[in-house]
Order: sequence, then structure tokens, then C-alpha cells
Amino acid sequence: MNKKKGILNSNALYTFIAISVGFLVGAILLMLAGISPAEAYGKLITGVFGKPKFVTWSIVYAAPLILTGLSVAFSFRTGVFNIGAEGQFVVGSLAACVVGILVKAPAPIHILLCIVAAMAAGALWGAIVGLLKVMRGVNEVLSYIMFNWIAFYLSNYVVNLAIIHREGGGEATKDVADTARIMAPKAIVELTSCTAANWGIVMAIAAAVVIWFIISKTTLGYQLRSVGFSRTAAEYAGINTNRMFLTAMAISGAMAGLGGAVQTLGMSGRISQFSSQEQFGFQGITVALIGSSNPIGCIFAGLFYGAMKYGGTKLSLVNAPSEVVDIIMGTIIIFIAVSHVFKMLVLEKAGKKKGGAQA
Amino acid sequence: MAKQSNVDTSSVVIRMKDIVKTFGSFVANDHINLTVHKGEVHAILGENGAGKSTLMNVLYGLYHPTSGSIEINGNEVRIDSPQKAIELGIGMVHQHFMLVQPFTVTENIILGTEPTKGMVVDTKKAREKIVELSERYNLKVDPDAKIEDISVGMQQRVEILKVLYRNAEHLILDEPTASLTPQEITELIDIIHHLTADGKSVILITHKLKEIKAAADFCTIIRRGKYINTVKVSECDENQLAAMMVGRDVEFKVEKKEMNPGEVVLDVRELRAKDYRHVEILKGLNLSVRRGEIVGLAGVDGNGQSELVEIITGLRKAESGEITMHGESIYNTTPKQAFEKGVTSIPEDRQKHGLVLDFSVSENLILQNFAKAPYAKHGILQKNAIEQHATEMIEKFDIRPSGCNQRLAGELSGGNQQKVIIAREVTNDSDLLIAVNPTRGLDVGAIEFVHKYLVEQRNKNKAILLVSFELDEIMSLSDRIEVIFDGQIVGSVAGKGADEKELGFMMAGGVKHE
Amino acid sequence: MNVLIKDLGLLINAMLIATPPLLFAALGSCFSERSGVVNIGIEGMMTIGAFTGAVVAYFTGNGWLGFLCGGLAGAAFGLLHAVACISYGADQTISGTAINFLAPGLAVFLCKALFENSSDSPALDTAAKLPKMFNGVFKAGSFGYNVLNTYPVAYLCFVLVLVVWFVFYKTKFGMRLRAVGEHPQACATLGINVFRIRYICVIVSGFLAGLGGAYVTLSTVSQFRPSVIVGQGFIAIAAVIFGNFKPQGAMKACLLFGLCNGVKALLGSGNVVSPHLISMIPYLVTILALVFFVGASRVPAANGKPFLKAK
Repeated sequence: MNKKKGILNSNALYTFIAISVGFLVGAILLMLAGISPAEAYGKLITGVFGKPKFVTWSIVYAAPLILTGLSVAFSFRTGVFNIGAEGQFVVGSLAACVVGILVKAPAPIHILLCIVAAMAAGALWGAIVGLLKVMRGVNEVLSYIMFNWIAFYLSNYVVNLAIIHREGGGEATKDVADTARIMAPKAIVELTSCTAANWGIVMAIAAAVVIWFIISKTTLGYQLRSVGFSRTAAEYAGINTNRMFLTAMAISGAMAGLGGAVQTLGMSGRISQFSSQEQFGFQGITVALIGSSNPIGCIFAGLFYGAMKYGGTKLSLVNAPSEVVDIIMGTIIIFIAVSHVFKMLVLEKAGKKKGGAQA
Repeated sequence: MAKQSNVDTSSVVIRMKDIVKTFGSFVANDHINLTVHKGEVHAILGENGAGKSTLMNVLYGLYHPTSGSIEINGNEVRIDSPQKAIELGIGMVHQHFMLVQPFTVTENIILGTEPTKGMVVDTKKAREKIVELSERYNLKVDPDAKIEDISVGMQQRVEILKVLYRNAEHLILDEPTASLTPQEITELIDIIHHLTADGKSVILITHKLKEIKAAADFCTIIRRGKYINTVKVSECDENQLAAMMVGRDVEFKVEKKEMNPGEVVLDVRELRAKDYRHVEILKGLNLSVRRGEIVGLAGVDGNGQSELVEIITGLRKAESGEITMHGESIYNTTPKQAFEKGVTSIPEDRQKHGLVLDFSVSENLILQNFAKAPYAKHGILQKNAIEQHATEMIEKFDIRPSGCNQRLAGELSGGNQQKVIIAREVTNDSDLLIAVNPTRGLDVGAIEFVHKYLVEQRNKNKAILLVSFELDEIMSLSDRIEVIFDGQIVGSVAGKGADEKELGFMMAGGVKHE
Repeated sequence: MNVLIKDLGLLINAMLIATPPLLFAALGSCFSERSGVVNIGIEGMMTIGAFTGAVVAYFTGNGWLGFLCGGLAGAAFGLLHAVACISYGADQTISGTAINFLAPGLAVFLCKALFENSSDSPALDTAAKLPKMFNGVFKAGSFGYNVLNTYPVAYLCFVLVLVVWFVFYKTKFGMRLRAVGEHPQACATLGINVFRIRYICVIVSGFLAGLGGAYVTLSTVSQFRPSVIVGQGFIAIAAVIFGNFKPQGAMKACLLFGLCNGVKALLGSGNVVSPHLISMIPYLVTILALVFFVGASRVPAANGKPFLKAK
């Protein structure tokens, strides 16, 4: 493969184009709304990179997104589309919150308990969908969506239970016990002057490395990939496809659940009653797509999304609606989704020019 | 079969001149010419991938030719859509039926040219026309039945009616006999002659020489996208046609040494099973395969062959019966267990079952053994061992392009894909090999390779079960032929000196003459 | 007895409030899914419809115009989905997900741009909303008031079920639409323009979803808020699957889910059961229905598969 074709073939190029188009569409809308894109994007950039505090905040925002991104990317690699990361994230954060409030334990153990509970809850939420598919043939995309909403209302229900509900005003839970929080040591907090600095990013990166290892280096990953690419051939070769399917969905759910734990034990420290979906799972789909379903790619994509999300909160300072971030991200997804066709067209053209290349 | 000719050589209805069609840098049709007269049956003969279907898709407006011209009834035309082709009186019956399963026969036939009364589709009027057409051409169909409930033969008649309903004068039939019984094939040839007697012309795409002899007046031969010749069928024999198709003389015979079959390896007793619609498809089937023999399972598609193989290999569950390997039960086992007990197979659909197309060749070569040493240790894949194994196999089996370890299996040609599967199964070195249509879609060179390999395995004292819809393949390879019909073995004959007519008779449900 | 009748009235009233938006969106979903294009962007299309409806009505004072524009806004996103999925073969679920980002994002963005950074649009006057029938005929709070004094659009959606049924099963277009969702290749060989039919269906699905969204802001809620559409689009999709991809089946399912809303209104007032648990019912019912009646549901064969023409 020659060099030029290699570049045209790489996902990175198309991701870059998609991101550019996303910003372009955002700029046009800002202009139509009478806001200077230069000013808004300038604010976005200084809002993220202006101070170490801002950078740290962006990283805090990124950690749960890396994890939901991993969840979706892992599912993509195994032939499933986990559009249910949203619900798995919610039950994960809920489980972490409940254990964080109701259980008493010394610090490291309490954290571990919360994380295990969250991952188990996420895994269960994913595996139920898998079971329905395997046992009754229920379309998984549909049941994922249903379970997202069941998780949504379950969370609201639990938040309002007396034993867990905040005393006094506010539609939220009590605070998670300090022993369960994953806050960064004082030195880092002081250095960055970011009070929410926490270990979430370390956990997310560690999870990405583990997922990468599982997918590409282990026999489990071999089986998962084979089922993802061709269920029929995997079955023929004696691989237990149903078990692999369930395993994939459970691992994917566990990642989203871990994301929920990181959010609750790190940044928020409690759960509020939802009025609409918080979108961590759906944002994970974007992260996975930008990261080309590569676990390591998800780290960078998650950081990008985290920065956009945090920077977006600053946009109101220049009277620009923060929703421009949603629009940019939505545009990016659409463009990545159609990019394989572009890729085919571009490669075909390049091939024609060369004249001799194999079709 | 009575041969009848209705050709009117004075009137040319279709003329395709110098047709070129390229896909990227691949030339599918390279200056092909075709002339069809009124009332003629014109066969187009070529191997799989020779460019027959491409040529017909050009004529039917599904592809646009890169260059060349088409004349219909003497007028040069541009056929840029099926709609245009239909307007010009061209109709096509595709190899894979183009029928909407939950729709009725009538709905399928009128789809695209629905008669209406006001805003409402007038099915009553359509139905009358269909009944009239079906009587005129002797095409028996039930206009109110849903496609999913009718036989393959009737589905084909629906396809032909669909074309006639649009007043087609020129019919293209793409591999029309692929899934028909010998009787249905005879009926089809009768129908074709009905059509030509009515002044219609028929283009018959096929690679079956016998059918060309039985039905066609002229035959155009295409090889690797190139026009070879057009001949009068009555002036050629099958060997000459075959030689033109392949480009050299073809040896239909396979060299086999005498063998004395040994002990029974696979034994199937009173096997019963249902298909996906819960209809009984295997009805107490008995079959055994011994060491050192190739048992050919002859039969028309859909008589239970696929289900039988799926049950033996553990992919499907049976209702009752018994299956043993070396006396040990493998009844209703898992694919993994069946494999451990010595069952290996060359699956019918190599792209669906045989290979993970998005896996590299190296990864495909360890598909059943990925978890075993030396390919894995403690659940971690051992890259070096896997690659070394692949390099050896690629060399030994001449899998091309050479050094294709990291190529995706989907990028290889059909013949090389089959070599990957065979390389894998050989290294498994199991006692039973089940080969299902192992040469489907391969060119002649690859077919010879597969046949040679099957005989080689037999000579190594392995048990081989060959399931094939190609009677010629069964007859040239098998030591013993078992005929399957309607979920049962209805006859058993020695491979040597088997009589084709007798086999065809049994395949269609007739009883063996003793 | 009187209490019972009154409660029944309240129940039907709540059902009539909740069902029409679901039903409009569900009928839209029928078009898209039957033609072979999965559309989970219905939720976003409803949101943009809700926003456009409210804003147009606010500025023009004409509820009907707002309603129509709500539909058109949904249709615009239908067009986007169609371009991505039909012309460019994008993964339909991913494209739908993108629309669920884009459409609500755009709605709130424009809302803030128009109304001084407020994510809620100003409340509509009664005159700018959709009119009610039988105003003043019944005593407020009576059974007749609750059941009959409602928006004509609520009845329109039931008429629409009949229309869609007629289109699907009696007309040429409907026959082709269903065929395209089952076997697009077969249709292409018969000279049917698969792309055009799918384009029309996906745009219509956006239009109807937009109407459903606009109904919410122009009748019950009277303004646009980001949380005005929370999950109705997904319930509509569930209703379609539950209803076996048939308009009449979708209607039954929507009525059932509407009834859940009625139950919520009734029980919620007394705090008997947590409203959050009642809100779960449509989703649980859908799951249970799929688990127990899975054999009954027949998904269009080509659903979700892109159809790309060779050149």
C-alpha cells in the first residue's frame, strides 16, 4: 500500500474532517444567532486551556465519558451496538451512590465496594438485554432503549426514598460518605485549584488499557471479535456465541457502570432527580465513533468531549448558548457515520487515477 | 427430452455489440457480442465469475455498460434502468428470486405496474389477467397464496409470470434450474418451448451443459469476461462446449485407487428433525460412513441435507434418533464437542460459516484451535506461533497471494478461501470430513484441487461424507451413493457404474428399481 | 358513583392528553420502519417540532400555523436522516442518535438565541394555542368537560390512523412502500425507485413526529421547555413494534401507553404509588410484550439494511 493511499484510508483523516465540519456548522449557527464564532470559540479554547484549573476540570469531565465511550467501543468491536450505556451508567451511579451512603467502611474498601456494586449493576443491566435477546430473540437496540428509561425512573424513584433522600430541600440524595469518594490528594487540588479533581481519569485510562488488552491479545478477545464479525462462522467453529454475546454485553455494561461510579464518587458526590436524560451514555457513542472504536482512541476522544463539555459551560459568558456543543457533536457523528462512503468514493477515485491498482 | 425449435433466423430481436463493463480496474465484460432471434432459446455459457450475469444486468438496465451498443428490434437503444428494459419488452428472472415473502402471488406479479381503480389497487382485475396468462403458458400458480407458503418451483413460475404480465417479448432466465428437481427442470424446458412457440425469445444463463443441449438453439460462450464463440447447439457435443467454456480439454474423471472400506466411523440411526417452520424435515434417516470411503449424498436442495449436516456438526438439535462417532454418541451435542469427537467439515457457505471474512488468514487458520497450545498460553494469544503456522499452511497449500498472513480472508478469491478452509481441516486430521457443495462457485482449477484433496483424504483411510447438488460431482467421486428424498434415504447404489437416470428418478421420489 | 364517573373522566382526559403526540409520532415511525429505515431520531424530531410549533405560534399568534411548521421542522430532520441513511448508507441507529443530539440541541440553541438566553419560550396566549372544541358547553371539571372538551387535533390523529391504514394497504404507494421494506432489490428490478419511496417515507415520519411534538407545546404545555419531550419518541417507537408495525396496532399500543398516563394522573394526585414507578410502565410493558409475544412481531425484512445501487 502506497503512502498516499494509506493516508486516504486512515480513519484519523475522516475523523478530522468530521470534527472540522462540526465546528463549521456550529460557526454558521452562531453567526446566524448574531454571535461572533471567533469570540465563542475563543472563549471555548481559553475556557479549557486558560488555566491549569480549567484543564483539570476538563479532565474531570472527560473521565466518565472515556468510560462510556469504552463501553460503546467494546460493544462495537463485538458486533453489538450498546445504545444502552445511558441506562447502565445510571444504574452504576445509583449503585455506587446507595452503597456510598448506606454502607460504612474504611476508605479504600468503601471505594472498592462502591465500584464493584456499580460495575455489577451496569453489567447486569447489559446482560439482561443480552439474555432477552438470546432467550427470546428480543431486538437488543429496542430493549436497550427501554432499559435506559427504566433506569431513569428507577433512579428517580430511589432518589426519593426517605432513607436516601437529602434532608431539607433539593431533589437529590444525601452526600456519599467521604470514605467512598475518590478525590485527588490535597496537593493536587491545591496545585490545580480544582476542588473536583479526582482519580477518575486514572481509572478510565487503566480501564482502556485493560479493554485493549482483552480485545487484541487474549483468546477471550479472539472469540468476542469472531462473534462480532461473523456469528455464523464463530458458531460453526465451536465458539459458544450466546455466551460470548452475553459476556460482551456484560463487560460493556460494566464499563458504563464504572463510568457512573466515577461520576458519583468523583465529581458530583450525590445523585439528583433527573428531569431529562443526562446523556453520558449517548455521548459515549460519540466518543467511541471519534475514537474509531479503539480503546486507546477513546481516551483522546473522551478528553476532547470532556473539554468541549466543560468549555461549553463557559459559553454563556459571551451569551452563546452552550447547546452549540451538542450541535457540533451531532454533526460530527453524522459525518463519521457517512464517512465510510466518502472513503470508498475517495479511494475509488485515487485508484482510477493510478489506473493499475487492484479494485 | 424432445427438442423443438422455433427460431426465426430472419428476424434479429436483440443485438449487443462490443459490450465492455468495468468495475474499477476489473474488466467484467470485455467486448462481448450477442445476437438473439425471434423464437430462439439462446444459452450463455460460462464458468462462475465469467461475466454472464454482468452482461445480462447490462441488458436489463441494472448496470450501465462502459462502452458498446445495444439494439432491440433493429433500433439502437440506451437501457439505463430496469423500467426502460421493461418498456422495451425485456424481462428477467433472477437466479435468487426477487419475491416479497409476505406478499401474495398476485401482489408480487403486479408490483410496479399495479392496475388501479381510483386510488385503490385493483387486485381483482390483476388476478383475472394472471389466471389467463397462467393458463395460456401452462404456468400453474395459486394467485392468492403467499410466497412464503409455496414451493420453489411455483415461486419460479411466479417469476416467469411476473415477466409475462409486463408483456415481455424477450426473457432472460439466470441459472433457472439451480434449485429444481429433474422433473421440474423438464417442466421448465417445456414452458420455455411454449414461450418460443408464441414468438418470444429466451436467453438462458447456465453452466449446465445438459440443459443447453436439451433446450437451446444457439450458445454463446464467455470465458473470464471475454467473448469466445457463438455456436449452433445441435452441431456441438458437451465435451466441445466444456472445452470452450474452460479453455482447455477437461478431464471429468478423477483418478481413484481401489480401497477396502474399514470400520464404521459415523452412524446415524432413525434421525428425525424439524425445520425452522416446525415442519418435519428428517423423517427417520439412516446413514453410515466407514473409513476409507467417500459416501456421496445425492439429492435436490431442500430434502433435509442441510439439516442433517447441521445436526451432525452440533449446530442444530434433532427431535429423536441416534448419532454416533466410533460408537460414542454425538446426538444433540455442541459444535465444539462434535469437533472434539472427530467431526470436521467444509461448510456449504464458506463466507458465512467457513471463514470470518474480517479476520486475517492467520486468524482464520486457527479458528477451532485458538485456545490450544501452541497458539495460546494461559488465555493469551501467541502471535509468533500463530504466524508461523499460517506461513507454513500458505506455502503448503499454495494459498495466494503468497505471504497473505495478514490479508483479510474476505479479500481472497473464492478458490483461495476454500484452500484456507481445507488447510485448516487437514491440520485437524480428524476421522470424519463432511464436505457440503465444496466446489460451488469455484473455477475448474480450484474444483480439481478440491476433488484431488477429498480423494487423498479417503486414501489416508478417513471417512468422507460428500453432500452435493451436482450429480456429476457425486458420481465421479463417490464409492457409494445414498439418495436423500423428503428426509429419508430412498436408495443406495455403488459409485462405480451408477446410472444417472436411475439416480435422478430416486432423487425425485421414485422408488429404486431392483 | 359520582366520584367514580369523575375519576373515569379524569382518566380519559389524561389519556386524551398523552395519546395524540405518541400516536402522531408512532404513525410517522410506521412509515419509516415499514419502508426499511430504522428511525430512532423520532424523539429529536418531536423536540424540534415542539419548539418550532411554540415559537411560530408565539410570533404569529396562529396555533394552526405553528402546528404545521412543527411538522415541517420535523420533516427537515427527516430529510437529514434520509440523506445520511439512504444516499450515504450510514448506520441508521447512529444517524438517529446524531439527530437526537442535533435536533434538541438546535431547539434549545435557537430558543436561547431568540429569548435572551432563556431555554424556555414565553407562555402562549390561549388564542395562539390550538383551539378546543365545545368550549363553554360543559361545566369545568364535569365528565363531559374532561372527555369531550378537548382539542380537535386529538381526534384528527385517530382519523389519521384510518388514512394511514388506507394508504398502506389499499393504494399503489402503500403496496410499494411495504415491498421496499421487505425486498428492495426485487423492487429495483421492477423499476420501482427504492430511494424515492424511502425518502418520502422518512420525511413523512419526521413530519408526523414534528406534529406530535407541536401538539404538546400547542395544547397542554403552552410553551417550549427542554424537558417537554422526555421519552415520548421512544415510547412511540415501542408502540410501533408492540403494534406489529401496523398503524392500527400502533394506535392500540399508544392508547395503552396513554392509559398509563391517565393512571399516573389519577394515582399521582393521592401519592398512592410513586409517579416514577408508574412512568416506568410503558417501558416494562413493551419489554414484557416483546418477551411473551415475540413470535407475533414480524419486522420488515429489509429493516435497518442500507440499499446501495450499483452504477
